[in-house]
Amino acid sequence: MNMDAKIPGGPLEEKWSNYKKNAKLVNPANRKKIDVIVVGTGLAGSSIAASLGEMGYNVKSFCFQDSARRAHSVAAQGGVNAAKNYKNDGDSVYRMFVDTLKGGDFRAREANVYRMAECSLNLIDQAVAQGVPFGREYGGYLNNRSFGGVQVSRTFYARGQTGQQLLIGAYQALMRQVHKKTVQLFTRHEMLDLVVIDGKARGIIVRNLDTGEIERHAAHAVVLATGGFGKIYYLSTLAMGCNGSAIWRAHKKGALMASPSWTQIHPTSLPQSGDYQSKLTLMSESLRNDGRIWVPLRENEQREANAIPEEERDYYLERRYPAFGNLAPRDISSRAAKERIDAGFGVGALKNAVYLDFSKAIREQGVAKIKEKYGNLFDMYRKITGIDAYKEPMMISPAAHFSMGGLWVDYELMTTIPGLFALGEANFADHGANRLGANSLLQASVDGYFIAPYTMANYLSGEIHTGKIPTDHPAFDEAEKQVKEQLERFVHSKGTKTVDQYHKTLGKLLYDYCGLSRNESGLQFAIAEIRKLRNEFYENVHIPGTVDTMNAELEKAGRVADYLEIGELMCYDALTRKESCGAHFREEYQTPDGEAMRNDADFQFISAWEWRGKDNEPTLHKEPLVFENVKPIVRSYK
Amino acid sequence: MQSLTRKILMCLTGLFLCFFLIIHLLGNLQLFLPAKTAQLQFNAYSHFLSGNLFIKMVSYVLYASIILHALYALVITMKNKQSGGSYKTDNRGRASKWYSRNMGMLGTVLLVFLIIHFKNFWYEYKFGVLPMDANGNKDLYTLVVTTYQEGWYVVIYVIAMIALGYHLLHGFFSAIRTLGVFHPKFVRWIRYFGIGYSLMISLGFAIIPVYVYFLNAK
Amino acid sequence: MKLHLKIWRQKDKNTQGKLVDYWLEDVNPHMSFLEMLDTLNEKLVLSDEMPVEFDHDCREGICGQCGVMINGLAHGPLKNTTTCQLHLREFKDGETIVIEPFRSKAFPVKKDLKVDRAAFDRIIASGGFVSVNTGQAPEANSIPINHETAESAFDSAACIGCGACVATCKNGSAALFTSAKISHMAKLPQGKEEREHRVLNMVHQMDNEDFGHCSNTEACEVECPQSISVLNIAQMNYEYNRAKVLKK
Repeated sequence: MNMDAKIPGGPLEEKWSNYKKNAKLVNPANRKKIDVIVVGTGLAGSSIAASLGEMGYNVKSFCFQDSARRAHSVAAQGGVNAAKNYKNDGDSVYRMFVDTLKGGDFRAREANVYRMAECSLNLIDQAVAQGVPFGREYGGYLNNRSFGGVQVSRTFYARGQTGQQLLIGAYQALMRQVHKKTVQLFTRHEMLDLVVIDGKARGIIVRNLDTGEIERHAAHAVVLATGGFGKIYYLSTLAMGCNGSAIWRAHKKGALMASPSWTQIHPTSLPQSGDYQSKLTLMSESLRNDGRIWVPLRENEQREANAIPEEERDYYLERRYPAFGNLAPRDISSRAAKERIDAGFGVGALKNAVYLDFSKAIREQGVAKIKEKYGNLFDMYRKITGIDAYKEPMMISPAAHFSMGGLWVDYELMTTIPGLFALGEANFADHGANRLGANSLLQASVDGYFIAPYTMANYLSGEIHTGKIPTDHPAFDEAEKQVKEQLERFVHSKGTKTVDQYHKTLGKLLYDYCGLSRNESGLQFAIAEIRKLRNEFYENVHIPGTVDTMNAELEKAGRVADYLEIGELMCYDALTRKESCGAHFREEYQTPDGEAMRNDADFQFISAWEWRGKDNEPTLHKEPLVFENVKPIVRSYK
Repeated sequence: MQSLTRKILMCLTGLFLCFFLIIHLLGNLQLFLPAKTAQLQFNAYSHFLSGNLFIKMVSYVLYASIILHALYALVITMKNKQSGGSYKTDNRGRASKWYSRNMGMLGTVLLVFLIIHFKNFWYEYKFGVLPMDANGNKDLYTLVVTTYQEGWYVVIYVIAMIALGYHLLHGFFSAIRTLGVFHPKFVRWIRYFGIGYSLMISLGFAIIPVYVYFLNAK
Repeated sequence: MKLHLKIWRQKDKNTQGKLVDYWLEDVNPHMSFLEMLDTLNEKLVLSDEMPVEFDHDCREGICGQCGVMINGLAHGPLKNTTTCQLHLREFKDGETIVIEPFRSKAFPVKKDLKVDRAAFDRIIASGGFVSVNTGQAPEANSIPINHETAESAFDSAACIGCGACVATCKNGSAALFTSAKISHMAKLPQGKEEREHRVLNMVHQMDNEDFGHCSNTEACEVECPQSISVLNIAQMNYEYNRAKVLKK
């Protein structure tokens, strides 16, 4: 297995420039001859499709939503990081690189992380030029806020809707290209398989979700920008349609999956209130800038929040992590919340939440200021819970959020299948074992705007003589046949349970055994259970209707079938990583005071998994991580 | 023609009619004068209007405005009826004022009224045979006063003026919006102005027949 | 709580639809409206009936994909709220709820409660952008924009493209949607360069999509989940008139 990360030579600061200097190009006349497929229209997908379209390639862009603007990047609230140092508080590309690497618990590549920090500068410029209305100071210059895990203010924001605004900027750039006919947009199309010809990614099989038609699309390169698979936990902060199917099916065609078990559990989501619940709404982490997190000191407290006096409140983040306090990184905050909840100090009807209190901030800054900063979040909170958070504390709890893991990619963002690129959350990328807040929008954007356009050209320069890829190649026949067989099998399955019921069972299993904390026996148990569940799913799921019409249950069935396989791989990944790092917390590996214990001697590598067929154990490949610039230290936010 | 161009036509013709209503009302205020003075002055005023070339040109603009306003209203309403959805259960009305949704209906009431109004006065004055007053002007005054003696006509007149009030209330504000005034402060001021204007015009016109009716009933 | 649902069922674009009655016993008032539909669909699936197709995705009020008429109101009884943010506590026990798709000539029904809103995408494609290629941008702080302007541009840019404005408009007008984008761009210095082209092209496209005229009833602002102001429509009119006057 070729796992050369292709990190360019030279000092860290010059690696990306060196790469760009030496990368091969495709001249404008030749770009017309080259077709590229982009799956997903979130920040990464829209931006790469638009950028390639602008350069003159023939792009086909696919999304399962009814409009490209609905991709889940839209829901990111808090902001996007960039090392502009507009606040003059000591920020720099290098500082941002260190913060990100440290935040990720030293489980990411130095060169990738540095490049992300470096490109962050351009991203803000690009977004502003597109008309993204970032928050501004009264003098007219861009404003910043601070975010978890760092000591500078480097987060650019557009109220609590930064993701929406950035995505709309990218979406508009994409629609501009659609209008110019350099990009063909296929909405309501779901990728169901990758077509590999002679070892290269050459096309995809998609299903038109409105008509049920199966279509073939060929190209010289395929980009997967399909986001994360945190929805595998069923209850998550993700959109209902988010899924891992595109990357999973590519994985089954030979692309390695890296660190699939590293799922970020976000600390500030709304708690679950019943088993009918379909999702957990995220409250932006930016709330932790002004909100203070606490639980009652007394176990099983019955009093209302406002009736509990100050001295009987446990501000546990401020107590345990005085240097960072309420802005401790996400993994640490989530685990600390879980620790308090498990110990019996949780609040709310199901005792599964902690308080996020704004009374101090409101006293100090006034309601108007808080309203301006977080108004839409407070409104959203009131709509969902019926509670006015200006008057009483919010209740929050941890929820599955972001997949740090994903398809393994090299420095060029190319997977182990030549011609198959993975961008944004779909790759395992730059966040290591834990992503810092406001870095996801950044990574998705820079992958699409500033990195892939160069690295893809480097690859595509070898394709200018290839000519059109025919869609009648036997590889297309075979892929289409398999897709159709699976769909037919589903609609003939008339069992006694719905797809969602299986999804919920799987989600609960994973949350309990492969969630905030994991242990060996739990993971082994989960693997066995998932296998059982998977077999039962194929026997007993009930799918109504036919394949040749719009059929939402059929769409879900395919995704859950994949989740049932991804879940198992997640458990293998967690099982074999016998250390605690970032979001991955193995109970066997912790310090006496409950902090994570990393093992750099044995586990300073990226786990990349190879598919070995159904019910077979996957094969683990290791990409060692080399730290030449920063010495891995024990992460401390105390 | 683009939808916004059609709207601009509605707006400009509407605003011209708004302007005309002010002049018309000012002229009609003469009816409040003591009967003798009112008769001579009102008739002289009517004579002046019908003889003046400039006024004649303006009157053609007026006729054109009325016709275009009604015609484009018809075109726009038909297109809107086609485009808008209809629902089995429909409570959409909670979000807007009834008169803003029924400008076509109010406009139709006004059009019918206009026909009656034209027939009663404009047609009689232009093509009918009217007696002369002391100054040798056609005695429109007496025609008006006689007409306003009919109770049912006063009722029609008042109802039409209520319709006019609502039509203006939405129409004036809507026209200004179509012109593109979007500064919140001016939008607010114009809205207040529009309310005052609509009240003034509709009350002003409605009170005259009522006044004449009760004056002569005594 | 108990609910009596009357839901629009329509097999596909070309078939006539009708309201079908369903009864749900024992639903939790804290459920969201869409979770209530999930519950109904689960029952339908298990009795091998086709579940009700409805659009939804993020379920936190920002993607703009969900949206149905509930008792004749776009996104239901709460003002400025998406369907996914609506909870059953807003309804009475035993209430009859009529659920229909967003309707307008420009939004053909695809199936049940799903409608085709691609017209919105085509309006954006016709000019709702700043023509800046990747890599062309100058340093971000080289374009100062005062706080109020940035906030006001944000207010316009907050549109989620759900289509409630069109559904609630008796004329099926897309003026609020189109104008929100036009004024977002017109307010910012970045968007000023191509303002004439933008407004003319976008209005042209809006008309081509068979949306109706705006008659300023202002219902759209009341139902809009993001409270997009109708003053955006006034600004669009201004931009349009300006462009027409200045056109060579």
